[in-house]
Amino acid sequence: MIKLESLSKHFGGTVVLDGIDLAIEKGEIVVIIGPSGTGKSTLLRCLNFLEQPTAGKMTVGDLTVDVNRASRADILSMRRRTAFVFQNYALFSNKTALQNIAERLLVVDRWPRDKAYQRAREILEQIGLADKADAYPAAMSGGQQQRVGIGRAMATGAEVILFDEPTSSLDPEWVEEVLGLMKQLASERQTMMVVTHEMSFARDVADRVLFIDGGRIVEQGPPGEIFFNPKDPRTRDFLKKILATNPV
Amino acid sequence: MDVLNVEYMLGLVPVLLRYLPLTLQLAGVGMVLALILACLFAVVRVLRIPVLNQLTIVFISFFRGTPLLVQLFLFYYGLPQLVSALTVIDGITATIMGLTMHFSAYMAESIRAAIIGVDRSQTEAALSIGMTNGQLMRRIVLPQATRVALPTLMNYFIDMIKATSLAFTLGVTELMGATQKEAAGSFLYFEAFIVAAVMYWIVVELLSKLQGYLEIRLNRAYSR
Repeated sequence: MIKLESLSKHFGGTVVLDGIDLAIEKGEIVVIIGPSGTGKSTLLRCLNFLEQPTAGKMTVGDLTVDVNRASRADILSMRRRTAFVFQNYALFSNKTALQNIAERLLVVDRWPRDKAYQRAREILEQIGLADKADAYPAAMSGGQQQRVGIGRAMATGAEVILFDEPTSSLDPEWVEEVLGLMKQLASERQTMMVVTHEMSFARDVADRVLFIDGGRIVEQGPPGEIFFNPKDPRTRDFLKKILATNPV
Repeated sequence: MDVLNVEYMLGLVPVLLRYLPLTLQLAGVGMVLALILACLFAVVRVLRIPVLNQLTIVFISFFRGTPLLVQLFLFYYGLPQLVSALTVIDGITATIMGLTMHFSAYMAESIRAAIIGVDRSQTEAALSIGMTNGQLMRRIVLPQATRVALPTLMNYFIDMIKATSLAFTLGVTELMGATQKEAAGSFLYFEAFIVAAVMYWIVVELLSKLQGYLEIRLNRAYSR
């Protein structure tokens, strides 16, 4: 249901994504690991068209676009099929938790106000923040803000939720509640692509782990295989370093 | 001579109050038009719309770079000479035109700065849920920019209220013009202009109160 064909992204002369080929099934949970600056975030951002890819084809659900020929309508349509969870939460600071979640339904999907708010309340219930409906982002903890960020992504009804290092800006005390919510979504078979350094999350939750280095997928497979029997020396090297500070 | 002719001053208050509505009207209409124009200029500048962007830059440069009084005379005495259909442009129209263009040039720059000041992540989040550029401007960026721009915009509004007094040079009998006439009749210049000054002052003070109230409202989302 998600298919990337020779997707590449250049920034000036620098090649950030070097012809990525990837197919993801509905309900699959894919965790992307790799050294910083190797294109993991850029890959997610390209799928949501927050970056314009340089070349290749992307398919999400029944929409396929050649990135060079994507019209404005294609771009909007691709964005509406993919939801994004940001490292710095990026909640709308002029809107309450409830309004942040309802915004997509109200403005993009043009639901009537009552219906949109009712759906947003259901989502607040699911993410355990029903009591924060009227709180503004400035009055919430980092963990609460990121859970609302995930709630906002859930409200889109998108085919896939893209998580870009969702716990990297959080104080350690809030990491577990955010990972807990992501596990809950995974257990409901929400299709997810997650860039993270949380190796235990990758081991416990992922169906497939991708190791990306130098803008290419170096190695991929079930977490057991990648973590305990990596084949490529670069994967081994990376895991050795990261597991020393962040054990599985 | 007595120190101050208080009786005359008290008598003058109701007389001058009749001209206050015109002063407020000049400033009110001028402010609304200037705000609309300034928002358009700011969006043109932020999005760097070709041709319009260059025209806007020249417009802003001219109306910031020349005195308001010169602009008023240009509109009042100069325009009819250029455009024959405007053989008579009345002083009120010329004043509103001058105030609108002069202040829109200043306000465009502070609105532009406020828009640029909205964090890039807000725009990205809006794009990520599939909003169009128009939707994200209207729903996310402009409301956040308003909060930042409000104090400076209110400052310009206050300035504009006082600038309406220049209309008397175009023969408009607003608060300043009326005071001038009264004083010329009674020779009590000090008394007359003190009354006028206090009236301007009170109006501006009321506006400052309104500004405080608006700021509290707009800051509600940002307090812990």
